[in-house]
This record gives sequence, C-alpha cells and structure tokens, in this order.
Amino acid sequence: MVTYVFLVAAAMAIVFALVAIMHRSPVVNVLALIMVFLALAVIYAVLGMDFLAAIQIIVYSGAVLVLFLFVIMLLNIRKVERFGSGRPLQAFLGAAASIGVGMGVILAARQLAPSFGEVIEGAEKGTAIPLGKALLTTHLFAFELISVVLMASLIGAWVLARKEDS
Amino acid sequence: MIPIPHTWVLLLSAVLFMIGSMGVLLRRNGIAIFLSLEIMLNSANLVFAAFALKLAHEGQMAAAAAGQLFVFFIIAVAAAEAAVGLALFIAIHRLKESIDVDRLNILRW
Amino acid sequence: MWVDLIVTVIKVLVVSTVLLTGVPIMVWVERRGSAMIQDRLGPNRVGPMGLLQPVVDAVKLMTKEDLTPEGVTGTNRFLYLLAPAIALVVAVSTFIVVPFGYDPGLELFGHAIGGFVVAPDLDLGILYLFAVGSLGVYALVLAGWGSNNKYSLLGGIRASAQMISYELAMVISVVGVLMVTGSFSLDDVVLHQAGTWFGFIPKWNVIPQLIGAITFMVAVFAETNRLPFDMVEAEAELVVGYHTEYSSMRFASFFMAEYINMITASSLIVVLFFGGWTLPGIATPGGWLGALATIGIFAAKVAFFLWFFVWVRWTLPRFRFDQLMALGWKWMIPLAVLNFLWVGVAMALGYL
Repeated sequence: MVTYVFLVAAAMAIVFALVAIMHRSPVVNVLALIMVFLALAVIYAVLGMDFLAAIQIIVYSGAVLVLFLFVIMLLNIRKVERFGSGRPLQAFLGAAASIGVGMGVILAARQLAPSFGEVIEGAEKGTAIPLGKALLTTHLFAFELISVVLMASLIGAWVLARKEDS
Repeated sequence: MIPIPHTWVLLLSAVLFMIGSMGVLLRRNGIAIFLSLEIMLNSANLVFAAFALKLAHEGQMAAAAAGQLFVFFIIAVAAAEAAVGLALFIAIHRLKESIDVDRLNILRW
Repeated sequence: MWVDLIVTVIKVLVVSTVLLTGVPIMVWVERRGSAMIQDRLGPNRVGPMGLLQPVVDAVKLMTKEDLTPEGVTGTNRFLYLLAPAIALVVAVSTFIVVPFGYDPGLELFGHAIGGFVVAPDLDLGILYLFAVGSLGVYALVLAGWGSNNKYSLLGGIRASAQMISYELAMVISVVGVLMVTGSFSLDDVVLHQAGTWFGFIPKWNVIPQLIGAITFMVAVFAETNRLPFDMVEAEAELVVGYHTEYSSMRFASFFMAEYINMITASSLIVVLFFGGWTLPGIATPGGWLGALATIGIFAAKVAFFLWFFVWVRWTLPRFRFDQLMALGWKWMIPLAVLNFLWVGVAMALGYL
C-alpha cells in the first residue's frame, strides 16, 4: 500500500516537473511546480517525515510559489518563448548535458547501493520532537545563522525592488 | 517499518535533477529558469531524505534527524533565495521591460 | 479496519453536512445582522423572519446562467474553471483536524470512535491546518489571473501579497500556544486548557496570551478576506475583485468557501485561545449526553465568534492597501513575536 502511494507520487512528481519546465504559460509552470511539491510532500509523509511534509507545503507551496505568482502577475507575463526554441545546437547540447548528468547520478546511486532496492529492517515513523531537540541543541548555531540569512534577504529584497526616487 | 528502499528515493531525485537542469539550460525566461532551479534544490532535498531514511533504518537516529534538519535548512535558504531573486527580476524588468535572460548582455564583451 | 472506515465516513458526512448547512444560516445571520446594525429591516418576506431567504438565494444562484468571459480560452479557461473548485476543496478540508467535542471513550458499533474530530491520528494537526490553509490563496490568484479582467488581476495581486504577509503573523502568534501545550495536536491544546486558576479563572490561553489572541484574530480576519481587510474584493475600488467575472454556481462556490473559512477560523480561535469545548466548573463529562454537551459548548463559542465576524464587518470601514501592509508587517508581526517572547520568559520562570 505505502509502496504504491510512493510510486504514484513519484510518477506525479516527474510528470508535473516536465510540465513545469516545458509549458509556455508561466502561470501553468508555477501550478505544475505546486503539484511537484505536493507530490514530494506526500513522499516525505510516506517516508515517515511528517514534519518535512508539512514544512514543504507551508514554505514552498504556501509562500515561495505564491511569491512567484505575485511577480508573474505584477509584471503581467502572459506568454513566453517555446521550450528550447530558436537555437537548435545549444538546445541539443543542453539536453544532452543534463541527460548525461542525470545518467551519471543514477549510476552513482547504483554504485553506492550495491544491494539495489534492499530494505534494511528497523526504524519507525518519527515525530517532530527529536527534530526540535536536535535543532535547538546540536544545530543551534546553524539555526541562528539561518535567521540572519533570512533577515539579510528580507532587507536585500526590499533594497532591490524599491523604486529609486521613493 | 517503511517498506521503501532508499535507493528508489535516490533514483527519483536523480530524475528530478535531470529535469531541473534541462529547464535551466533550455529556457530563456528568467522566471522559468528560477522554477527549474527550485526543482533541482528539491531533488537535493530528496537525497538528504533518502540518506536520513537509510540511517534511520540502521538505527542511527541522531544522524537521521540531522539529515531531516538539512532539508529544513535548505528550504529556509531557498525561501530567502527566492525572495532576493524575484526582487532582482522586478528590478531587471523595470530596466529592460523584459525578463528574457538573453537580453541581460550589458556585461558582455 | 472496515469499522474504522465506516466511522470515519460517518464523521466526514456529519461534519461536511454541518459545514454546508452552516453557510445558508450564516448568510441569513449576516443579512439580518447588517440590517440590525444599519437600522434597516433586512430580508423578511420569505418564511418567518426571512429564514427561508437563503433557500431562495440558492435556487436563484443555481438557475442563473454560467458565463465565461470573452477571451478566456485555452489555458486561461482551465485556470478560470479550476479556481472555484480549489476554493471549496481547501475550505472543506481544513476542518478535519478541528476537535469539536470531548470523547470519554465512546463506542459506535462496539468500536471506539476515536474523538470528535475527523482525523484523530494526525499528530501534526495544526501544521496540517496551516499547510492546507495556505493553499487557499491559489483559488483567489488563479481566479484573478484567469478572468482576463484588470480588476480581477488587481484582486489576485492583492490576495497574494496580503495572504503571505498575514500568514506570518498568524503562525507566529500560535507559537506561544504550541509552546505551552508542547504538542501540535489540537486535542492536546484543548485538554491543556481544561480546569481553572484560583478556582474561578478559566485556564484558557487567551488570559496569559491576550496579545497572541488579538494578533491571531486580526490575522485570521485578513486570511479570510473579511472587512476591514477585504482588499481582495473591495467593492468601491475593484468592482468585486477576483470573482468579478464569475456567475451562477461558480460564484456560489467562492461565496460558500468564504463562509466555511469563517466557520473554520472561528473554530480555530475557540480551540487555540478560548478553551475549545471546555467550560470552567464543568468537569470532563461521561457518556453520550456529556459528549453532546461538549459539542454544544463548542458550537455556542463558535457561534459567538461568527457573530463577531459579522459585527466587525458592518462596524469598521475598510483599510487602505498600504495601511493594511503596514499594519501586518510593522504591528502584527512584532506583537506576535512579543507574545511568544513573553510566553518563553514566563515558562522559563515557571509561571506557565
């Protein structure tokens, strides 16, 4: 049952990722990306990482992609170029390079796990409690740094997007 | 007990990374490139999740928690990056009336 | 397994029926309430005190022509048709983690009902709520984009900016409650608020965390797009914003979603800050009668906050958009942070 949920979610993620990079309308790209992120959230939930699933939806689908839609609507970008249009040589090289990289990663993954597809016994579904404890003890410094990064990006975004005269 | 081998998650991540990099290389529209970057970031997240799963299966719970927290940190940084990047695109659009990355050629020799 | 499924189906049916019948009642309350506040009569022709007016409205909406604006074709038409569906689905599916009564180990068909909440095993209840609730903005944004109308587009832009801004304040103001409770489950949040301080003050979160409760309420008003924060559909500026072009049942879907969101928002205010189904002086009751009493208490509290929504809408004027954003970023977020600092200090000193 859980395995089938994983497979369906993985298939959805791949199909919608293709739509997200290929469709001409930017709004549809963003919508397809929402579906990718929802599928990934399902995968996290299936893997027993409920907290990650929730964070994935709250931050990505709920905030980051809304920001993308906001910018698309603000700049009113209706239609853009076709996927890989205009320059056949560059398009071919780009596609070949990324497929090559992908194949390399897949082979590396197989190398890394010789017993491919083997499930190791043990481990149960976790909650947010050990994560929270680790976040505020072992990884406290990184956590604080993240808040500085967020603050800096907040100020940076404001400086970049404001009009000069105001 | 979760009956999903972590290598499947790695495979999915590889495929998503491939799709994302293809988007970055083949699209000329700034927003679309940005979206493809987000796909690539998420495929990196999946790798962390896959190894967290493996470590949890092997009983190393502290390391597994660290793996999940890495995903958390990446999501936070990605949110910051999206805010700054979209602000950049607004500034570029104000200057060039377009977000086609081919038209950003002032620094070209 | 099968009994679990049947119990869940029964819960889903009951909850969605109550939500959907709550909408026409709320419409009636809103219209009569606004009439009362503005010293008018309001609908009083159909049925006693105009009580059947919502039925007539529903029939009218269903029999109206379903129009698609000119120029909305292809992809845009798909987005245009998708938006009301998203609105309704998100509105209905947020309610499933709200505990609306106390379950003292009751059984149905010789099987535990597992609490008066549709999804009792979801231990990240509040995170689920924020996650699904944050998807609601897409309905507004897509409706605004797909309508091929500049007022709709402006409504959609405002919706995205407003929802993100106020979501921050909303989530931060809940952190205090979660810290005190030590759990993401809304059931635990309610149980933590049972009992009294000094024998007469109810142990509701609103008393130590008044600032958090106020910021949460303000943020929830903004999230449900109700006056004084209905910038998304401001009649005086944007016609009616994102749903300008919608007619018939598609318009009704947005309308129903707004009222269901109001019901969920009121339930959340009650659960997080006003003790859920608890009442000081009433110990946890047993049996079906006791369970019904807790549901009644919960419903009464929710009804009060629903009336509060109507009351505020017809009393306060609308904000200007820059004032709205300034309030959200410069007042609500700092106040919410102040609340959770205060809760942290109080917990460290052992007061909470």
